[in-house]
Amino acid sequence: MQIAIIKYNAGNIKSVENAIRRLGYECMVTDSPELIRNASKVIFPGVGEASSAMQYLKKHHLDTLIKSLTQPTLGICLGQQLMCKYSEENDTECLGIFDADVKKFPPEELVPHMGWNNLENLKGNLFNGISDEDNVYFVHSYYAELSEETIAACKYILPFSAAMQKDNFYATQFHPEKSAWVGERILKNFLEL
Amino acid sequence: MLKKRIIPCLDIRDGRTVKGINFIDIRDAGDPVELAKRYVQEGADELVFLDITATHENRKTLSVLVEKISREINIPFTVGGGINSLADVSVIIKAGADKVSINSSAVKRPELITEIAEQFGSQCVVVAIDTKFVNGEWIVYVHGGRIPTEIKTMDWVKQVEELGAGEILLTSMNNDGMKTGFALEITNSVSQAVNIPVIASGGAGTKEHFKEVFLQTKASAALAASIFHFGEIPIPDLKNYLQTEKIPVRCL
Repeated sequence: MQIAIIKYNAGNIKSVENAIRRLGYECMVTDSPELIRNASKVIFPGVGEASSAMQYLKKHHLDTLIKSLTQPTLGICLGQQLMCKYSEENDTECLGIFDADVKKFPPEELVPHMGWNNLENLKGNLFNGISDEDNVYFVHSYYAELSEETIAACKYILPFSAAMQKDNFYATQFHPEKSAWVGERILKNFLEL
Repeated sequence: MLKKRIIPCLDIRDGRTVKGINFIDIRDAGDPVELAKRYVQEGADELVFLDITATHENRKTLSVLVEKISREINIPFTVGGGINSLADVSVIIKAGADKVSINSSAVKRPELITEIAEQFGSQCVVVAIDTKFVNGEWIVYVHGGRIPTEIKTMDWVKQVEELGAGEILLTSMNNDGMKTGFALEITNSVSQAVNIPVIASGGAGTKEHFKEVFLQTKASAALAASIFHFGEIPIPDLKNYLQTEKIPVRCL
């Protein structure tokens, strides 16, 4: 199986790479359209800021490439946000794969939402073996609103999309690569789709 | 619900953990990776590695160690000790650490906080503050608590938040090593004053101390070293206790 991790100007790629290797798979970190298109699984990670990430993706024609992928593709954290329609973070038009907007948390509690929180209303194969009480690790100041495509919710200040899916596109706001055994199981489920 | 975090801290010297450990089934008690893995299995929510030698010659050893930790550990971890520049931070983050902790270098040059936040994101920047109650005032100390400054802790915490710190690791030197509980008053004042997470540190001796700090302050996390290293309080016991006391924690 060829697993491609999309390389772009957002951090955290090393952790994702390490997590996949721990599961016994090989992977490549690449921005080559050909390698990405031909991979059997694609991971679109990201820690960073939405507008500069989108600019980079456009400049390298990765935006149209990502939208055109047909194999299972997993966005993580900023990756999920960029797969939505629009982000309030620096007024950014995103990829529009998911029919949801990304908003800033109102400052009613500490922002960013940082730490372990439990998932709710789990749907689909990505969460095989995972239950509502299981905790995953989040670090984010912006959230994707709940939508038809939400496959896991989480509550912090308000309910939001902890994970989303449409066709072959999957995404998590949390970091499966930093979420101990729960995250490993979710990554394994994705790689076995 | 967002959980309160329990964070073991490992002191590192020349790539080895410093304090003794009596975990029976650990192959090499001095190997930080082995100890870290053990803590992860037990349910630690994050780990902090503090390089206490932090000399120039040791930076390479540290980055090799951080790479090894990153390959083996599947929870977030912070690396601190001797980080003075954006270049130091870059090495540690590229090696796979999720966050860096800066202390004396932030006091010496507060702009470093902003520089790290701009380049790597605020979530990466933990500002560690060693504080001591002297003549009726909480004061910031630097260089491993050896040198007092004239900075009031309450002023400094607000400044580091404004400069872009993502978290504050607050250690009370009056309480550290005493095992009489966390410094509740200053931890509460700081956690009320800022809108970023505060990690309480220094003084944990019993499970009740963790309950106190979570009930009586707004601390998001509590850090301890020796009580975990020496197995005095196994993490699963602590988590189960806190859960019975209705404090939201992540139990395995």
